[in-house]
Amino acid sequence: MERFNICIIGGGPAGLRAAIAAGSAGAGVLLIDENDRLGGQLIKQTHMFFGSEKQDAGTRGIDIAEQLVNKVQGMTNVKVYLRCAALGLYDDKVLTVLHETKYRKIRAEKFIVATGASERMLAFPGNDLPGVYGAGAVQTLMNVYGIVPGQRVLMIGAGNIGLIVSYQLLQAGVEVVAILEGSPYIGGYLVHASKVRRAGVPILTSHTIMQAIGTNAVQAAEICALDSHWARLPGSEKTLEVDTICLAVGLSPLSDLLWQAQCRLTYIAELGGHVAWRDANLCTSEPHIYIAGDVAGVEEASSAMVEGELAGLAAAKSLGLARVDVDTAMSQAREQLIALRAGPVGEKIRTGLALAQMREDEQHA
Amino acid sequence: MLKQTGVPSADDLKRVSPSEERLALGPVAIIECFQKIPCNPCATSCPQGAIKPFVDINDLPDFDPALCNGCAICVANCPGLAIFVVDERYSEDTALIKLPYEFAPLPEVGAMVGVLNRGGQQIALGKIVRVQNPPRFDRTAVVHVEVPKCWAREVRFLALGANKR
Repeated sequence: MERFNICIIGGGPAGLRAAIAAGSAGAGVLLIDENDRLGGQLIKQTHMFFGSEKQDAGTRGIDIAEQLVNKVQGMTNVKVYLRCAALGLYDDKVLTVLHETKYRKIRAEKFIVATGASERMLAFPGNDLPGVYGAGAVQTLMNVYGIVPGQRVLMIGAGNIGLIVSYQLLQAGVEVVAILEGSPYIGGYLVHASKVRRAGVPILTSHTIMQAIGTNAVQAAEICALDSHWARLPGSEKTLEVDTICLAVGLSPLSDLLWQAQCRLTYIAELGGHVAWRDANLCTSEPHIYIAGDVAGVEEASSAMVEGELAGLAAAKSLGLARVDVDTAMSQAREQLIALRAGPVGEKIRTGLALAQMREDEQHA
Repeated sequence: MLKQTGVPSADDLKRVSPSEERLALGPVAIIECFQKIPCNPCATSCPQGAIKPFVDINDLPDFDPALCNGCAICVANCPGLAIFVVDERYSEDTALIKLPYEFAPLPEVGAMVGVLNRGGQQIALGKIVRVQNPPRFDRTAVVHVEVPKCWAREVRFLALGANKR
């Protein structure tokens, strides 16, 4: 059985930054990811990031991925297993994985779970027709593999993902017929909304999809307006000719491994679903398990990266492996998180985190 | 309403517009950023000190049009593509708009293209005067388009595909 100081599950923005932080503290680190390459969602994020220079604001996600991956690959004490899926995480600090075709056991003193989130589905007749996609799948097809999903797209959801993927569809030469949003207001950043709007894409708030129409594939979508109680407005039904329906209706934390490891979980709508209780350093109710990124609560990649750094530093520190400046680095990371979440768009996250954070008397010594 | 359609209202725009006096003096940035989000590259990229450093990363830009020379570095650096430079002194009857553009192929200098307002409607034709796409702009080109002066405060995008003709 291989042994490491710290094992990180998930090589997205949070996991990569956790590996760099723990590795630079001198820990022997294993970073595993089930995909063919590291980077998580960053490898398809062609837009410039928000935040401040500390979180690479103004840099495109794809370039941040490259920088982080290069850094990880340059660290001799960080080992990477790709095509390696976590199967179970046990009390005796053993993680079982399927690495390519091999079942392996890995022992580590600390684990950082950075598994991210999965896309939500929407229930409507015809949602199983070919041509109905999750926005993440559309983004992967286009920006990783260079394949457009169709020629006329209806986007469902005007959060940041729906708005950004609509913009990227336009960049790929695909027509976006409309963006529907069930709530009365656009949920994503308004600058993203304005840039698709001025390119001619209508954003229809208080609208939803009733059904996808088609025999063997999507040929049209029937939509309608909603009243202030989210009920259908009779007579508002309309049929749009589209070959693709793209769902961007939110994400849920991928917390299965944390359930199985018996971490204390709680349902917090503001964070996207079931998330683990954590202390100020992202350690869960199980002292050997830390969390970082979307699995800890769905928010922006900038915060995921800072959480990764904080969890990586904290896990290393708990093993006595810390760099001399670890306390400063940790408090700087915590300050960055507070700053990123301080504005009006961070209100939901702040509310959710207040419910997920252990009180001081409950924290690990 | 901006939060429902993505199109800023006249009142929103009034809050971010430089004064008539400043607009009459020539190129100046118009920062169409109306929502407090954690983002500050406009301030860190401005070589003129016209966009003040942020105290809180969630602040709206604090912009002094008197210090702005319309260089458009912020136009390429704004992750929200929300900044435009308008030069209403460009000629007797035309104005120059510098706008961020991330579509391939880039328009060719000299081409006449459809120009769109904030709602995506084509309102006029404009002439491409210059296309800035240096490496430091990191693939956000800044397109300079000459438009009839009466549309200077409306034109914010180019018709997609117009450049393919």
